[in-house]
Amino acid sequence: MLRLEGIHAGYGATTILHNVSLDVRAGEVVTIVGANGAGKTTTLRTIAGLIRPTAGRMTFEGQDITRLPAHEVVDLGITLIPEGRQLFADMTVHENLLMGAYRGEARAKQKDTLDNVLSLFPRVRERLNQSAGSLSGGEQQMVAIARGMMARPKLLMFDEPSLGLAPIVVQQVFDVIDAIVKTGATVLIVEQNVFHTLRAADRGYVLENGEIVLSDSADALLTNDHVRQAYLGI
Amino acid sequence: MDTFLQVLASGLMLGALFAIVSIGLTLIFGIVKVVNFAHGEFLMIGMYLVYLITAKLGLHPLVTVVAVAPLLFLVGVATQRLIIQPLMSARDDHIQIFATVGLSTALINLALLIFGADIANTPPGGLRMPIQIGPARVLLGQVIILLASAALVIGLQLFLQRTQTGRAIRAVAQNRAAAQLMGINVNRIYMLAFGIGAACVGFAAAMVAPLYPTSPTIGTYFVLTAFVVVVLGGLGSIGGAFAGAMIIGLIDSFAGFYIGSDLREVAVFGVFLLILILKPSGLFSERLNLSHVSP
Ligand SMILES: Nc1ncnc2c1ncn2[C@@H]1O[C@H](COP(=O)(O)OP(=O)(O)O)[C@@H](O)[C@H]1O
Ligand SMILES: [Mg+2]
Repeated sequence: MLRLEGIHAGYGATTILHNVSLDVRAGEVVTIVGANGAGKTTTLRTIAGLIRPTAGRMTFEGQDITRLPAHEVVDLGITLIPEGRQLFADMTVHENLLMGAYRGEARAKQKDTLDNVLSLFPRVRERLNQSAGSLSGGEQQMVAIARGMMARPKLLMFDEPSLGLAPIVVQQVFDVIDAIVKTGATVLIVEQNVFHTLRAADRGYVLENGEIVLSDSADALLTNDHVRQAYLGI
Repeated sequence: MDTFLQVLASGLMLGALFAIVSIGLTLIFGIVKVVNFAHGEFLMIGMYLVYLITAKLGLHPLVTVVAVAPLLFLVGVATQRLIIQPLMSARDDHIQIFATVGLSTALINLALLIFGADIANTPPGGLRMPIQIGPARVLLGQVIILLASAALVIGLQLFLQRTQTGRAIRAVAQNRAAAQLMGINVNRIYMLAFGIGAACVGFAAAMVAPLYPTSPTIGTYFVLTAFVVVVLGGLGSIGGAFAGAMIIGLIDSFAGFYIGSDLREVAVFGVFLLILILKPSGLFSERLNLSHVSP
C-alpha cells in the first residue's frame, strides 16, 4: 500500500533520514521503533508531505507521492495524527473535527463519519462545544485521534499518541487504538511504549540515527536481543 | 451638553473611518502574519479607482464598490502570490517587512508618475450633505461609513465562524502545519486572506474617496493611525480593531476640542503608549500564533 524506497530527507541542509526503505501493506499494523531523535517523526512528516525528500521514492497504492504537497497526500487517504496533538486550540472540539473532514469525499460524508467517530469517543461527544485548548491532555489526544479519523483515511499514522499523558490515560489511548486496529484499519505507528506497541503490531522497523537497522515481524522483534536491550530495557 | 454630544458624534464618525481602513490590515496580519506596510497604498489605489470610475463613467461613488473591492482583492492575491509567498520560506520575518515597505514606496511613485502630485477630488454624490441627529450634526457619508464598518465586522465574523472556508482560514492562522495535515492548501488560504484584507480596503475606498481628497500619499496619512488601531485592538482581532478605532476616534475628537487641536496626536499616542504599557498584547487580543513557522 505504502512504499518508501531509499528516502533521504531532513531540514534545510541537514539530512536526517538516510536511505530509508519501508512498506506497509493493506490491513497491517506497522511500527517504527527508535530512540529519541532517531528520525521517527521526520519519517512520518515526510510521508505526510510536510517534508520533501531530497532523494528516493515514495508510492501509495502504486501512485508516486514523492513530491506531493501535504494537502494532496491527505486526498489520497493518508492521515497523520501528529506528535503533540496539534489541535486548533481556539476552535471548538466540533470545529476541530470538522476540519478533519475538510477534503472532498470526507466532507460529503462528514455527518455519518462524525456519528461513527463519536461512538468511539463518548468523552469527546460531551465536550463538543468546548474550545479544544481547554481540554486535558488525554482528552486532547482523543480529539486528535478523532479528528484524524474524520478524514476516513486508508492509512492512519500515529506519532507518539501517549506522549506526556498520565498512566491511566495512556491505557485509554491504547484501548482506542486497539479498537481502531480491530476494525481492520491500516496503521503506521510510532510510540515510546515499545512493548505495548509491538504486541499490537504485525511488523516493525528499528530506526537508528536516521537509518533502518532492523526489520522483522513484531513477535520476532519482541524476542530480539538488541531490541530487548535497547528499547525494552530487559 | 450639546457641544459634548457633537464632539462625541464626531469622535464616533472618526472612529468608524479608522475602523474601516484598519480591518483589512488586522485580518492580513492575523492570518498571514505579515505586516502589510503597503496597506495605505492599497487604500490609495482604491481611492484612485473610485475617482476614475466616478469621473469617467459618471457613476455614484458608492456604486463603484462592486468593481473596486474585487479589483483590490486581485491586488491582494497578487501581492501574496508574487511578493510574500516567495519569501515565506525565509525564516527571517523581517524580509517580508522590507518587501511590503518596498511595495509601498513603489506604489506611491507609480501613482506620482500616473496622476502627478495633484489632488483628485471624487464627486461627493450627496455624501457630504450634513444631517442632524439630535443635537449633533454629521455628514451623511460618515454615517454610511459607520454602518458599513459595523456591517463589515459582522460579515467577516460570520464568514470566519460559520463557513467551512472561514474555519479553514482560522485553522491556518492557529496552526499552519496541522492545517496542512487536514488537507488545507495553505498557500491558497494565504492568497485568499490577503485578497480579502485588500478587498476590505477597496470597500473602504468607495466610502472614503467622496469625503477625502485623493493623492499619491493619502495612504501614509491613514496608515499610521491604522497601525495604532490594530495594535491597540490586539493584532489580528477584527472586533478589537473596531473597538480600538472607536477609542482612538473619541480620544482624537475630545482632545482636539477640549485640549487643543495641535495636541490631538499627543493625546492619541499618549493613551496608546499607556494602554500598551498596561496591556502589551492589546485590548482584545486572543491567543495568537505570531509566526508562520509552526511550533
Ligand atoms: N524542525 C527541525 N529543524 C531541524 N532539525 C530538526 C527539526 N525537527 C527535528 N530535527 C532533528 O531531526 C532529528 C530527528 O528528529 P525526529 O524525527 O523528531 O526524531 P524522533 O521523532 O525519532 O524523536 C533530531 O536530531 C532533531 O534534532
Ligand atoms: Mg518524534
